[in-house]
Amino acid sequence: MIPQAFDYHAPGTIPEAIGLLKKYGDAAKIISGGHSLLPMMKFRLATPEHLIDINNIQGLNHIDIRDGEIHIGALVREAEIEHSDILAKYYPIFSDVTKQIADPQVRNRGTVGGNLAHGDAANDHPAVMLALNATIIITGEGGKRAVPIDEFFFGFYQTAIAEDEILTEIQIPLPPARTGSAYHKEERKVGDYATAGVAVKITLNEDGICTAAGIALTNVNATPLRAVRSENALLGKPINDETIALAARYASEDCSPSDDLRGSAEYKKHIVGVLVKRMIQKAKSRI
Amino acid sequence: MQISLTINGSKHTLDVEPRLLLVHLIRENLNLTGTHIGCDTTTCGACTILMDGKSVKSCTILAVQADGKSITTIEGVNNADGSINHLQEGFKENHGLHCGFCTPGMIMRATELLANNPDPTEDEIRWGISGNLCRCTGYNNIVKAIKYASAKNRGVEPASTEPQFV
Repeated sequence: MIPQAFDYHAPGTIPEAIGLLKKYGDAAKIISGGHSLLPMMKFRLATPEHLIDINNIQGLNHIDIRDGEIHIGALVREAEIEHSDILAKYYPIFSDVTKQIADPQVRNRGTVGGNLAHGDAANDHPAVMLALNATIIITGEGGKRAVPIDEFFFGFYQTAIAEDEILTEIQIPLPPARTGSAYHKEERKVGDYATAGVAVKITLNEDGICTAAGIALTNVNATPLRAVRSENALLGKPINDETIALAARYASEDCSPSDDLRGSAEYKKHIVGVLVKRMIQKAKSRI
Repeated sequence: MQISLTINGSKHTLDVEPRLLLVHLIRENLNLTGTHIGCDTTTCGACTILMDGKSVKSCTILAVQADGKSITTIEGVNNADGSINHLQEGFKENHGLHCGFCTPGMIMRATELLANNPDPTEDEIRWGISGNLCRCTGYNNIVKAIKYASAKNRGVEPASTEPQFV
């Protein structure tokens, strides 16, 4: 399959890339790893007239800690997330999630920024970033702006990124002591999109009371979904069979999956409940 | 667009259309047909090559994105004297292929796997080739082939090469 013809641009700087976005408007698409966009172009589901390749832009490849936050550059590859010592130390959820994203070759190309900017509720990083309360840094002509992850996903393939802006960085608060995190998705085979996926991050105090909870769901809603009632079911309470069961029931009730080849909506809701239970237990075991 | 890239040690400068896929450049412009096209949808791994040492699926990369890069295909993995390397030998000795369609991709993927992890466990090998589909062998002998190459690379005697029946 061959994509429709397009003009290819490979800017070396962010201002240059933004200039091109301003010039070509909705006729342009940014390509980073390209492993979502190129297949869509081959199927002619996407037919950009101008492709703006940001892979040559320097300074978007970092994973480092500054001012109490982990900063992840938009062009960091999934394989780099998978093997990052910093992320493994603070948030083992990243090793869980990347191991389930596609396969090793795709992870050598696919980027964390692209996974988010694509705005696909079937992608895995959105739920993780919701659970971790990430902030998305978007760069435009006027400079950078910070968008809380809860205000980032708008609808089907739609995000807070404007036509002439680029997602440049993800910032995640360093976890307080006694924090655990975990992610799992049910998939039919390696590399499949989630039948349903669940990301959990919890913080407990010395008495075992939950002081912070982030629970989010993959591919069971039009947009990546924060399970607010599930989080509240844990906050201020001990993590026990009763609170876990309540959190699982709320998540199952509050998501709205659709029937497809991966399963019926009813089945997916059931899976969400099962995974919420397991991921809370796994996150707790990592504290 | 004019691009320059190194393939298996030789430098090439070509004029290509931006929409040309890297796998087509390799197979059609350079006539290196050892790199296969299976699914054409980033699933099967038959088109796996090394780009700057990383295994990637060349059906999902534009040729223009390989500008300035160094590419290795199955034609470029032989030892310097032209003899087969340990991975190729492992596939030969362990019956790691039947039809052979997936083999170039398997070998390119296993090349990076062993570069990053010289002594992988069976589980790590199976995860490591999870992006490569084989429809003949049931994978057992492919896993054995990679274990064989890992042992040989480390100067250790490989396990028996008798075919494995499960």
